[in-house]
Amino acid sequence: MHHTTLNPIVQKIIDVTSQDTSLCYQCGKCSAGCPLRDFMEIPPNRIVRYLQLGLYDLALTSSTIWLCAGCQTCSSRCPKNFEIAKLMDALREISVEEGIQPKDKKVLKFHNAFLKQIKKYGRSFELGMVGDYKLSTGNLFQDLGLAPETLMKRKMGFRPHKIVGIEKIQKIFDKSMKRDTK
Amino acid sequence: MNFGYYPGCSLQGTAKEFDLSLKEVLKVLDVNLNEINDWCCCGASSAHVMSHILSVALPARNLLLAKHRGMQNVVAPCAACYNRLKVSQHELKFDEKMRMKVEEILEEKISNGVEILNLIGLFQKIGLGKIKTAIKINLKEIKAACYYGCLLVRPHDILKFDDPENPSSMEEIVSIIGAKPIEWNYKIECCGASHSIDNTEIVEQLSKNILNDAIKHDANVIVVACPMCHSNLDMRQKNILKKYPQQKAIPILYLTQLLGLSMGLNYKDLGLHLHYINPVPMLEEKVKVEEVTI
Repeated sequence: MHHTTLNPIVQKIIDVTSQDTSLCYQCGKCSAGCPLRDFMEIPPNRIVRYLQLGLYDLALTSSTIWLCAGCQTCSSRCPKNFEIAKLMDALREISVEEGIQPKDKKVLKFHNAFLKQIKKYGRSFELGMVGDYKLSTGNLFQDLGLAPETLMKRKMGFRPHKIVGIEKIQKIFDKSMKRDTK
Repeated sequence: MNFGYYPGCSLQGTAKEFDLSLKEVLKVLDVNLNEINDWCCCGASSAHVMSHILSVALPARNLLLAKHRGMQNVVAPCAACYNRLKVSQHELKFDEKMRMKVEEILEEKISNGVEILNLIGLFQKIGLGKIKTAIKINLKEIKAACYYGCLLVRPHDILKFDDPENPSSMEEIVSIIGAKPIEWNYKIECCGASHSIDNTEIVEQLSKNILNDAIKHDANVIVVACPMCHSNLDMRQKNILKKYPQQKAIPILYLTQLLGLSMGLNYKDLGLHLHYINPVPMLEEKVKVEEVTI
């Protein structure tokens, strides 16, 4: 790294990925293997290109970063060993910290609903998570058809299990996250 | 034999048949699991999206608990948990800045040393020879598509498990118990993971591709070792069948359930009644067992 003054976003990307996006020569292998590519507005290699060109806003506001499922096919095939999946994590984290609202808020709402349960109980409480998610999206009828069978098979508990060390978990959350889950 | 055990949240909820069948199979193999006391969620597919440090700190707490109990190893049957525990351990070992931050958060010194095993790694430790001696039922009519998904094999640099592009360790186990693993193209393709909730139609599309490649290659079952994969291929298959009338159904079993079947364990103990796509008609046709009632 020979930059004299680094943009905070570049610094954060380097912190999380330990890598330099300028090393990418745009072969496109990441996008060729990406299973979510068809659903993305721009392919993963173009996100990297935006960063190389300093177009951080375009990268951070793209729905691509939220559609990445973290499967890491890109990272495992990159000829420069660049971990694109980790880069997507870094961009999502930065966009949350910067308060940038994603175009499609559902993914962020899911992660918030999921983490909220962990912070509250120490473990995932699926029924609570689904409930929270539905409330936050207003999508109350989603998957309602599956509910009777799921509950009958007792695949979702009705009551959360709160772990004994829950205070420690809350401390971990408070110290790790700049913005609280909401 | 004794192993430390990290069940993870899914195995106590939507994937409880994974936990049930694992414990039944290990009983036959005379293997004990000691659960980590008061374990917490590993952060799964959400923590690493929202906060890198959180995704390292949550697994680190569980690894510390295992260490305090004197555990040499920890089995994490859920592929996502396995992945998060391994990645956290790796970062704490090789990234000193990260280790210091997490030590400050956990208010405890961190030292490495607990071996983390996925489901297949556990069976390899137990020994495929030992598994072979426990086989009672003929499964030769079972043609299994072994599905690894993402998290068992990637990132290879950290997990160092099997071949990241064409793994075969699950096929080896399936062969040992007398079933026929098939060759197919989608064994490491992504099912869409947690988009199951926020972008269901994407998961249905990706899962449909996986199901159809298995069917095209003549599989009569897909075998998995990940609760997320199972839920996307099994639960989401219900809707796929409804949307596409031409679509054929294919049951999705956990590797442990297939092992249990080969050992002659009964359907209910293996949790086979807990799937959305009922595997019993296929099993009744393909497997000669006395006990077929649920």
